[in-house]
Formats: sequence, structure tokens, C-alpha cells
Amino acid sequence: MIGSVWTRSTDGNQPPVDYETKVSLQLELLHEPKESSLKIAVLVKEVPDTYGDRKLNLETGLADRGASEAVLDEIGERALEVALTQKDSDGDTEVTVISMAPDTATATIRKGLAMGADNAVHVADESLAGADLGLTAEVLAAALRRGEYDLVVTGNVSTDGNGGMIPAMLAEHLDYPHVTGLSTVELADGKVAGTRGVEGGQQQVSAELPAVISITEALPEARFPNFKGIMAAKKKPFEVISLSDLDIDAEDQSVARSIMVTVAEKPPREAGEKVVDEGNGGVELAEYLTKNRLA
Amino acid sequence: MSEFPQDSILVVLTADAEGQLEKPAAELLGGAAEIGSPVALVLAAGSADAAAEKAAELGATATLTAAVTEGNLGTAAVDAVAAAAELTAPDAVLVPNTLDGRDIAGRYAVRSGSAVSVDATGLERDSEGIVAGHSVYGGGYTASSAPTFGAPIVTVRLGAIEARAEAQSANTQALDVADSGKRSAAIDSFEAVVETSSRPELRGAQKVVSGGRGVGSEESFELVGDFADTLGAAVGASRAAVDAGYIAQSHQVGQTGVSVSPQLYVALGISGAIQHKAGMQTSKTIVAVNKDGEAPIFDIADFGVVGDLFKVVPQAIESLNENKS
Ligand SMILES: Cc1cc2nc3c(=O)[nH]c(=O)nc-3n(C[C@H](O)[C@H](O)[C@H](O)COP(=O)(O)OP(=O)(O)OC[C@H]3O[C@@H](n4cnc5c(N)ncnc54)[C@H](O)[C@@H]3O)c2cc1C
Repeated sequence: MIGSVWTRSTDGNQPPVDYETKVSLQLELLHEPKESSLKIAVLVKEVPDTYGDRKLNLETGLADRGASEAVLDEIGERALEVALTQKDSDGDTEVTVISMAPDTATATIRKGLAMGADNAVHVADESLAGADLGLTAEVLAAALRRGEYDLVVTGNVSTDGNGGMIPAMLAEHLDYPHVTGLSTVELADGKVAGTRGVEGGQQQVSAELPAVISITEALPEARFPNFKGIMAAKKKPFEVISLSDLDIDAEDQSVARSIMVTVAEKPPREAGEKVVDEGNGGVELAEYLTKNRLA
Repeated sequence: MSEFPQDSILVVLTADAEGQLEKPAAELLGGAAEIGSPVALVLAAGSADAAAEKAAELGATATLTAAVTEGNLGTAAVDAVAAAAELTAPDAVLVPNTLDGRDIAGRYAVRSGSAVSVDATGLERDSEGIVAGHSVYGGGYTASSAPTFGAPIVTVRLGAIEARAEAQSANTQALDVADSGKRSAAIDSFEAVVETSSRPELRGAQKVVSGGRGVGSEESFELVGDFADTLGAAVGASRAAVDAGYIAQSHQVGQTGVSVSPQLYVALGISGAIQHKAGMQTSKTIVAVNKDGEAPIFDIADFGVVGDLFKVVPQAIESLNENKS
């Protein structure tokens, strides 16, 4: 990746690497990583906080990002935890967080650096608002190609999109194997393996690196960033790139896209009858069920 | 070479280790028949005969069978879908919205440059083509999506489509599949989870009784099961109950678990966090028992009992059993 950063800066086509990034890249050059150490990319996403009420804009059909606070998706944090656990056992592991998000998402992505990732790549471009899965996968695959990662880690489904299709789409773009829905992950000897829950049972699966994996919420919760991490994050390389850097045209009409054609809000449910148990609550419950032919 | 109907809808189905057609077949073929002529693609590691026959019974006007190597994760299936789509030129490709289904759909969409719609809860055809209906943010919104052009790849939510297709006479042919040579992962082993219980399956159940953290332990979770058995219901749980080890993850209801929409949903010792509601708030009738009268679950409950579930539930079971006898 370091090599490719220097090539990019000479081809004139790329945004200049800022001073801070350059210095830290030079410092990194002093400690050439061991050949065996892994380069891991973790895809993270900024989502509306699901503890608040999530809103859809009824005109555009897009998430109304102003309506609730934005947070790093919990499953993305767990994905990062998988990578950081590997880094704990092999300090030379390089962990990059990659996110496609509006340019206001800097603080959310920086949280990944504060937790312990080494650097961040933020793909921000106005023309990505409302991107469908196809465009999103194309953009993320292009961002991943620049880094030649051994392992790409994602969450199994995001909180807002709930698609769960990006990992396999990336695998197809990159010609990596996909190992999705893992509830355990082992990394050793150039392979990734784990347990994959499917309808009717559990598979033990494995793939040679490089590979794309997605993980489920059965994996551990993420560590909290500590003060040291938060301070260190400010100095870590944080690259912001746009679609022209990736040579992608979001408005290319020759590619089939999925579009929202209608969106409507359902009337909220209303609270019904509520009784306080004074020794007879179970009987009242049974009567309600019987009366409504639900018993 | 037989001709395929102009309005073919390719339905991607898998035969299990015993050669039986997987369960979502009826719904997917039913949904396909609403928008065109269902053509089934049956992926099988062994013999596909029984599954192909079943597909016709469930409404497939034609069935293609493809042998997939056992132990290949995903790419062989995608090669087969590509071959089937080339042969049939369908108006849409339907895939069950399962982990494997989403992987196949995602890869094939990239390979073919098609638009993809995920987790459809309904299917329609209008003058411009196929439109997928969705239930978004836990049922708070309904939306629909369509491709800008071309045949969409649609994953269909299990339990969402009620239409069933008329039986067709069997019309099966084996498909020639070219190996794309894509790198793939390996399935090294498989352990079936044997459902020992005779309870209905959570997904698609007419009644669900769920327990939360308030149930307190794995042992006391039996009370949830007892109530479920009294009502003939499936057993569900909140994430907190799953995390605490009271019950297996496959019973989790909510945003990151199963979405259910039964006639009756009973929440026992569940606070009603928004992520839980996301998986059950479209239920027809919601009943809650919680000792905290302020618990948000009561905001959406048609009938609520504020009280200790260990008192209320045994009494309700007893009362219902008395009525029965
Ligand atoms: C990204 C994300 C995804 C999530 N996905 C899901 C999901 O899919 N499904 C899900 O359920 N959660 C999900 N959650 C978690 C969710 O936020 C809540 O933490 C969880 O639903 C709480 O479960 P609970 O209601 O059982 O526990 P609690 O919130 O702890 O509630 C327990 C309730 O039991 C009551 N109680 C205690 N004792 C008794 C008694 N003896 N009798 C009667 N009532 C009693 C209490 O009053 C309380 O209301 C998700 C969270 C995040 C961040």
C-alpha cells in the first residue's frame, strides 16, 4: 500500500497526500512490515442510531440522516474487533478501515482509528447519495483494489440497509472467495476458517487468502476507544477520496441500477388495553386470548 | 431444445442433502406465478429427480437441474444461475433471502451487471417490468424498488408470500454449466441442527411466544415453552435472552434476528427495544407481560399485563387448560 501511495502522488491524478499523512508514511517505511504480516481491510458504515427513531424521507426514499444521530454500525465495530484481535496477536498486522459515507462522517470513521485501526480510507462523493447495492459494491471494490488486502472483513448485515449482499458482491468483483455469516473466525497459515450458520445447521468453512469474510453478532462486542487511542487517532493517516479517484461514474446510465419507486409510512400502532396484575392477571390474559379466538 | 416462455421468471432453488427441495420453493414459485411463468433451477449435489418433480408440482412450468460440487461455497451455484439465465432470458431471477441465497444473488448480479432488490415481501408486474415490494425499518415503512432496465435479481423474504401456484406437468432438463473458474471457499463439514421439538417453526408461524431477559435463566425459559405449547405457538426470544444463553440464536426475533408477522405475538419479560420491535411490530395482535408498567412494549401492545411473568403466565396456562377440558 505504501508503494502505491507514492505512485499515486506522482501520476498527478490523485489528491495530494497531506503533510501529516506523508510523515507517518515515511515513518512506516522505516519499519518495513514482515512478509508474513497481514493487511486487513474492515468495511464500516455510518448508520442512523437505531436506539432513536429511524426515519425515511418520503420524497427521496432515502434515510433521513438528520432525523436521528449517526453512529458507527455496531456490526462494523465487531468486524473491526476481529481485525484488532488479530493485530493484538501479531503487531505487524495492518488494519485499514474503509467507509463509503457522506463527508460529514469523519468523526464516526475516526472512531475506528481510535479503537486501534492503523489508517482510514473514506470514500465521499455527493453523487453517491442513494447509491444502490450495485454501485456501492463497485465503489468499495475499487477502493479495496488500491490496497491489495489479504483479508476484507465486513458485518453480515447493516442496521439500516439490511441487505447483507455486499460481501459476496465484493468477492465477485475482486475474485476472492466469500466466507459469509461467520460466528467464529480463525486466521492461520494463509487461510481463514470458521463456523457458518445456515438454514438447518452449521458449516465449518475455510478459504485461502485473500478472501472476503462477513461476521455475525455472535462475535464479541468491540473494545471502547481509550484516551490514548483517541489522541493517537488524530495523527493516523486518514485519506478522503472521491469517485474520480476511483474512476467511477455514478451516473453512468448504461449500467442497470435498482431504484426506489414508491415509499410510504405506515400509521404507527396504538397502545391497547393494559391491566395491572392484582392476583388475577393470568386469568384476564387467558380471557383476552379466548375472547379473540387466539387461544 | 425447448422454448421458454417470454415471461419466464427464473426461480433458484436448492435440493438438500437428501435430494429434497428446500422449503421456500412453494412461496417462491407461488410469487413467480403471480408475475410470469415460473421456471425452476434446481441446484443439487446428488440426484435432482425428486426435487425437480416437486418443483413442477409447486408450479414450475419447466425445471432445469444443475449439479453443484458438494463442498463448494457459492461460486458453482452462481455459474449455474448464469447458464440458466442465458438459456431462459428471464424477466426476473428470484432467490430465497437466506445467507446462501443472498451470496448467490449478489455474485450473480455483479457478474451479469443486473440490478438487485433485497428482501422483497411482495412481487408485482407493471407495464415496465417487475417491481419488488419491501417492508423497511421493521415495518414502519413500505417501499418498492425496480431496475432502471433489465431483469432484476430479487431475494424474497421467507414467509412473506402467500400465493401458491397451480401444479404443472413435469418438464425437466439437465443444464450444461461452464465453470467460471472463480476462486471459492470450501465447506469442510456440516452439522445439521436436529430440531427435537414438535413446536412450529418460528419463521412463518401463526403464533409466537417470546421471552426476554426478564425470564432470568435457561431453566425458567421452559415457562415460555410451556405457554407456547398451550397456544400451539413457536418460541421466540429477544437478543438479550439469546446473549444470556437462555435459548439458541435461531430463535432471536428482531432487526438482526428473524422478522415475524404472526396472528398473535406474546412478549414475556421483553422491554420492547426498537430493534426487537423491528422484527415483530407488524404482528396482528400483540400481547405483553412485563413488571415495568412503563416498558415501551406496552406502547404497541393490544393487551398488556403489568405484573410478574412468573405469576401471570402459570395462571394463564392453568386457566386456558381449564377452559379446554
Ligand atoms: C445493532 C443492534 C441490533 C439489535 N438487534 C436486536 C434483535 O434482533 N432483537 C432483539 O431483541 N434485540 C436486538 N438488539 C438489542 C436491543 O437493543 C435490546 O437490548 C434487547 O432487545 C433487550 O432485550 P430484553 O427486552 O429481553 O431485555 P431488557 O431490555 O433488559 O428488558 C427486560 C424486561 O423484562 C422485564 N422483567 C424483568 N423481570 C420480569 C418479571 N419477573 N416479570 C415480568 N417482566 C420482567 C423488565 O421490566 C424489562 O422490561 C439489538 C441492538 C443493536 C444495537
